[in-house]
Amino acid sequence: MTSVSHPVSTTWSQDQPAKVRVPWHQRLQPANLLWLFLAGILVVLIVAPMWTLVVSSFTDAKTGGWTLHNYVEAYGKERHITALTNTLKMGAVVVVLKLAFGVPLAWACTRTDMPGRNFVRYSVFGAFIMPPYLAGVGWILLAGPNTGWINRVWHSLSGSTEPLVNIFSFGGLVLVTAIGGFFLVFVLVSSAFEMINSEMEDAANILGAGPFKTAMKVTFPLVMPAIIGSALLSFLGAIALYGVPALISIPARYPVVVIQLTEFFSFPLRIQVAAAYSIPLLLITAAMLGLQKLILRRKGYVSVSGKGGERRIVKLGRWRWVLFAYCFCVVALSVLMPLFVLLLAAFSDSWTTGFSFSNLTLSNFHYVLFEHSSSQKALVGSIGLGIVAATVAITLALFIAYIVQRRLIPFSGLLAFLAVSPYVVPGIVLAIGFYAAYALPPIALYGTYTIMALAFVTRFLPIAFTTSSAGVRSIHPEMEEAVRILGGGRVTALRHVVGPLLKRTLAGGWLLIFVPAAQELSTAIFLVGPTTRVVSVVLLDLSEEGELEKLAALGSLLLIIIVAVVALGMRYLGRDFMLRRS
Amino acid sequence: MDGLVLRKLGRRFGAVDAVLDFDLHIKPGEFVSLLGPSGCGKTTTLRMIAGFIDPTSGSIELDGKILSAPSGSVPPEKRGMSMIFQSYAIWPNMTVSQNVAFGLNLRKLPSDEVKKRVGAVLETVRMSHLADRYPAELSGGQQQRVALARAVVIRPAVLLLDEPLSNLDANLREEMRFEIKRMHDEFKITSVYVTHDQGEAMVTSDRIAVMNNGRLEQIDTPYALYSRPKTRFVASFIGRTNFLSGNCGNHMIDFAGFSVPLAMIGEEVTGGGPITVSIRPQAMKLSATEVPRDKVINLQGSVQQSAFLGETWDYVFQSKDSGLQFRVAAPPADVFQVGAPAWLQIDPAQIVPIAD
Repeated sequence: MTSVSHPVSTTWSQDQPAKVRVPWHQRLQPANLLWLFLAGILVVLIVAPMWTLVVSSFTDAKTGGWTLHNYVEAYGKERHITALTNTLKMGAVVVVLKLAFGVPLAWACTRTDMPGRNFVRYSVFGAFIMPPYLAGVGWILLAGPNTGWINRVWHSLSGSTEPLVNIFSFGGLVLVTAIGGFFLVFVLVSSAFEMINSEMEDAANILGAGPFKTAMKVTFPLVMPAIIGSALLSFLGAIALYGVPALISIPARYPVVVIQLTEFFSFPLRIQVAAAYSIPLLLITAAMLGLQKLILRRKGYVSVSGKGGERRIVKLGRWRWVLFAYCFCVVALSVLMPLFVLLLAAFSDSWTTGFSFSNLTLSNFHYVLFEHSSSQKALVGSIGLGIVAATVAITLALFIAYIVQRRLIPFSGLLAFLAVSPYVVPGIVLAIGFYAAYALPPIALYGTYTIMALAFVTRFLPIAFTTSSAGVRSIHPEMEEAVRILGGGRVTALRHVVGPLLKRTLAGGWLLIFVPAAQELSTAIFLVGPTTRVVSVVLLDLSEEGELEKLAALGSLLLIIIVAVVALGMRYLGRDFMLRRS
Repeated sequence: MDGLVLRKLGRRFGAVDAVLDFDLHIKPGEFVSLLGPSGCGKTTTLRMIAGFIDPTSGSIELDGKILSAPSGSVPPEKRGMSMIFQSYAIWPNMTVSQNVAFGLNLRKLPSDEVKKRVGAVLETVRMSHLADRYPAELSGGQQQRVALARAVVIRPAVLLLDEPLSNLDANLREEMRFEIKRMHDEFKITSVYVTHDQGEAMVTSDRIAVMNNGRLEQIDTPYALYSRPKTRFVASFIGRTNFLSGNCGNHMIDFAGFSVPLAMIGEEVTGGGPITVSIRPQAMKLSATEVPRDKVINLQGSVQQSAFLGETWDYVFQSKDSGLQFRVAAPPADVFQVGAPAWLQIDPAQIVPIAD
């Protein structure tokens, strides 16, 4: 190391007094250099954007001085306050819906003899792959007030001219938001159900509790932390979601925070006000995650994290078909119906005229692939950003996770904290932070793929870190020590043992990032430039232009590519790599 | 000095001395166990020998070359040692033969030589038929054999074993003890074995170093350690024993209710005053009547408790005169009812004075 540190210290010695040189020289150990390097990356990705966000919310746009004016402007209008309360109201209703969808399905698929459990599992998985805004478009096709399919069937059946259902309403907004996110409830609660050892239930049975009492007194209390945790995450997901409100809440005349934020971002551009307006979103998220941590920390729930034992299946008898009917309704509403109409519209000349063979066409695909000004490039951009974000995030996270888990350097816990901290930042707020920090001169990254890639890496770093960290933790340090005592160095150990053992975990984590990154909308919305659009943004443009068939075609293409990548992953990693992650 | 030498070795974690002033000389080819309760510093000592932990004081030398010292240490990969880990640390991504060949390949041996040596060592541990299996397809005992083969195949300067049998069930553990002993007899590798199980240590070791609180209590052959413990800790940690307090005079040691001439005790006792001795349950006999014999101490009393352990009876005898209680081991044929009167005979040659 002397060969590197020596020239550095001599150049420093010219303008630094001698007493500084010695400690500086000593601190230039390879491990500390690595620490500094990683810490530097995390500062660029996380600390600087968030710091800039908070600072700019207190900065006068014209003078650059300190001011509270941004907050006055952000919260001074009744309309802006309404958007805030609307958002909270919507979030609360969405949580109830998501739990009503997710919890029964999770129980049915893990603990009962309901028929079609795998069908339900895969359909719910489909809900994860389908981005919320595509489900939203599907539901506009189904339940638009005049031309939606459901309403047209209703009109022809009843002769009425009033719509039966209207997606452009509060009900429509919460329904579409809920179906786009109950996947998470399903996954978290399922794994909690799978962790419960049947012996705990047997213990209640042997003491005289019947099946119903056991369920109420033992089973559900044990999964309660998972339910509460997923409820909190559902709420946060709902209030930060951009795509669905962008499609529905404007025509429904139901203003919410994310839509108000885009208003601050349209002409005249008021970043500082947007920053001030996004602070509550940030605070609510941080508070909720803190709350979740408090709940999960209570030791009574430790058993859930224990090893899953043998599980008994509840025999439902005739009720199995009732439960299946309910599950089928949920997956029909969330995946099957919107996906079906979306695909149909993609192949239709005009989706309003209904299904007929003369209406079938491939021209929509031709249009989005070869004619539309930006959609072809956007497809490449989205997939490319997904690949870059997933690869960079996983690589960075692996380094951090390895040195944190193996305690190679002091203060590595700080790196871990930074790496998971973007978790508390909603995507749209992160975008404002990145915009404020890097979009404008002197850095002037606005309209480049670089700024989007950086923001995406940041957004998905927590998933990457949790995955890598769990992977490294699962490798006993003695596995590496065995290499070293037999004569191999740390690098040999990484190459021959750690790397091969982590391959599956890392590939799984890569896919878990690629899928949402290729569809990401909220982080992209403020960072795309005229020449760097991504599919999600182009889809929204097409919806504003009313080109729903073309939108459906482009959305289907995105889905096909993602499904292909996920299918490859499943072949390689086994089919349950996503449904059973801890 | 030839062999492995630990000189005033110490390791401090924060304010706690995990190991302190540890002196040990292991001769080439010798098998030494570090035995002690958990937290006594035995694993820290082993990991210092391996090079995974640097000492904070003292040094470790191998054949006259310093390996570890507070000023700097040879990294583990340059020590030419090998180690068997508590978790076996068999690499699950490699087959049995790839695991065993790994160390040889690192030494850049020609591939036919590697093949030959892997084949030979797998033969020795009786794993030849499973050479192409992956570790997940092996039982615990088989994984242990792979770990053993992987460690000895490189013919290490020193073989380190970190509680290698603690994850096995009782029968397998017994079998593997002898397997390890057999491997040592065959290859004569200098070995350091860490365990908290005295049975394992006694079967495998030439000498046992008993550790407590980071310090060496006593190092001796298994027989000497059992029959002549030097400290209270060693006497109670290895097997069971009776402690008696007495007073040492010029020619006699006086205990409550009886006295023993100094000359009859197995070793020299110097200096007078209070003294503690250890008497193993096997150093005494119970009989229904008094057995007047020379050089045997007879005490009258009764049996207070009894438990049958299969190979022996475990009785508690209480002396009538002093009320002192003794644990006594008796062969299965010597049956006494609880409460029955009995006589206790103590062999004075097996009374061992110990330091507290």
